[in-house]
Amino acid sequence: MNNQVKFVQGNEACAEGALYAGLDFFAGYPITPSTEIAERMSIQLPKIGGKYLQMEDEIASLAAIIGASLTGHKVMTATSGPGFSLMQEALGFAVMAEIPCVIVNVQRGGPSTGNPTHVSQGDVNQARWGTHGDHAIVALTASNHQDVFRVTVEAFNIAETYRTPVVLLFDEVVGHMREKLTIPEPGEIPLVERLKTSVRGGVDYHPYLPREDGRLPMSDFGGVHRYNVTGLFHDMWGFPTDNPKIVQGLLRHLVDKIENNSHKIAMYKEYYMEDARRILISYGSAARSALHVVENRRSRGERLGLLELQTLWPFPYNVVKERCSGARSVTVVEMNKGQIADQVKAAVDDPGKVFLANRVDGVLITPTDIRNFLRVIQGRGI
Amino acid sequence: MAIRDFLRERFFPHMWCPGCGHGIVLNNMLRAIQTLGMSKNEIAMVSGIGCSSRISGYVDFHTLHTIHGRALAFATGLKMSMPELNVIVPMGDGDALSIGGNHFIHACRRNIAMTALVMNNRIYGMTGGQFSPLSGYGTLATTAPYTNIDHGFDVVDLAISAGATFVARTTTYHAKQMADIIREAIIHDGFSVVEIMTQCPTYFGRKNKLGDASNMMEWMKDITTPVGSKAKEENPDLIERGIFVQKELPEYCSEYNKVIERAMKGRS
Repeated sequence: MNNQVKFVQGNEACAEGALYAGLDFFAGYPITPSTEIAERMSIQLPKIGGKYLQMEDEIASLAAIIGASLTGHKVMTATSGPGFSLMQEALGFAVMAEIPCVIVNVQRGGPSTGNPTHVSQGDVNQARWGTHGDHAIVALTASNHQDVFRVTVEAFNIAETYRTPVVLLFDEVVGHMREKLTIPEPGEIPLVERLKTSVRGGVDYHPYLPREDGRLPMSDFGGVHRYNVTGLFHDMWGFPTDNPKIVQGLLRHLVDKIENNSHKIAMYKEYYMEDARRILISYGSAARSALHVVENRRSRGERLGLLELQTLWPFPYNVVKERCSGARSVTVVEMNKGQIADQVKAAVDDPGKVFLANRVDGVLITPTDIRNFLRVIQGRGI
Repeated sequence: MAIRDFLRERFFPHMWCPGCGHGIVLNNMLRAIQTLGMSKNEIAMVSGIGCSSRISGYVDFHTLHTIHGRALAFATGLKMSMPELNVIVPMGDGDALSIGGNHFIHACRRNIAMTALVMNNRIYGMTGGQFSPLSGYGTLATTAPYTNIDHGFDVVDLAISAGATFVARTTTYHAKQMADIIREAIIHDGFSVVEIMTQCPTYFGRKNKLGDASNMMEWMKDITTPVGSKAKEENPDLIERGIFVQKELPEYCSEYNKVIERAMKGRS
């Protein structure tokens, strides 16, 4: 048997994906239900000459990987809700200073300490707007271990392409569940390496002058170019400024480089969508139950389809609008109070046909739960 | 290399107030670096938020101006990822020991080779003169209008207790000593803490009626004494300056290299 087939937890699948993508620096702080990622990193990274740092808290963890990213390393940290809350300021710093990094949030229920060992998808909007100020963000998710691996690799690719933090929003069920994972051969999934400047040493170098396509070819710390990195609004040298034109220009650049490429960043899977009259939209572990319902109803001839989202931010409005245009109803299956349902309502032509099938009690939403919601939506009672 | 060559003149004039001690720190830090003969590419400076933290913008090194209190955490990742860089972390008293207090003690504990400069002017200057954890009992500040009841940290005692392997204190009055100490701190193979007592005539000086910058510097001369001096025995209120701790202990990046060796051999 191919030794690249493993039986692992989702958290390990994430760690394996990160290593495949070229991660060689990880800093973290233990927190349920993400700890296995840090444990895996502490074992694997030194074997390849990489570094694992256990910091004093989650703020320091994100700060440390940002520091390491500046010297050219691919970096990641992993946490859950309370730690993700602590990371928000440094997350904004990575947005502002354009530092590639990957932040995993294996979601638990919240607010506060919440439900540490149980599932939730309550941090979707926090990933979008947790740090202060206008900004763009990328957040991805997955429902099974093969996709966790794949999406983790893509998180690194997106982080490097756009020089941005990328949030991986997994959930407790996916993180802790065990299932099969086949590690792809090297080269099977393309990897994006960091774009480096071709400007030679001694030449006036502008680290924060984007190319026409919005990409930033930056020099690594320790290299021939010395420049300033700051969380303040800054000019093309990286020096602080409050010049209104430069402030607006930088803010627009930070937002546009993500939003204008949302079609490239959008990842999703379609199941039985081609002729679907009723559509389920789901993501993460909830999408597993949704898929079960769809397959079950299809076997009885009902035209039900599933759109599984993997990119949550930037929200793929055009994909959702287009796929749902002919549907009688769109039911969003998620484990929160409708955080993605709100986006779907904003995307479709008729928000009145969008319904929410959810659970917020720390228990995985089941196919039976979804069937009951559908009966109500279809006017058939429970 | 001349001192001037270490500066980014493009970014001058600096934003510090007239009489501020931070310029003296900048000057003597660069003099220390000058004597070491390091290339500018070998030095990274990581700072947080506050008047002191702006020092990183003015020097022609790899400079990282981060968020309030977290400079040492950013610096730890930077250093671990590229141990050959000489990492210097200038911080203010509030930055290092209030919001950044936890990172400070843990950096001391790890003994990672970098130089923490605590530019202690006993006040939050950039926000306009609020008391800091170093202001001290009985001082006045815009948020302590009826006198401060918060007791201060002793930076040196704290750093020693937390495990720093180089700990020193100096003042802006003792400029020559400052340059010598910073030099020793930079070449020390471990975590170095240098507390630099510096004046903020604009806020701490004015609120506490300590006169102008030169009066404040003379006051720092009067209230300090060399480590182990007889004057301290006679007057225990005097603050000692000089090198308190300078010892060799395994450095964190070197220790992690041993972890890598063990992992590669397959031993746990």
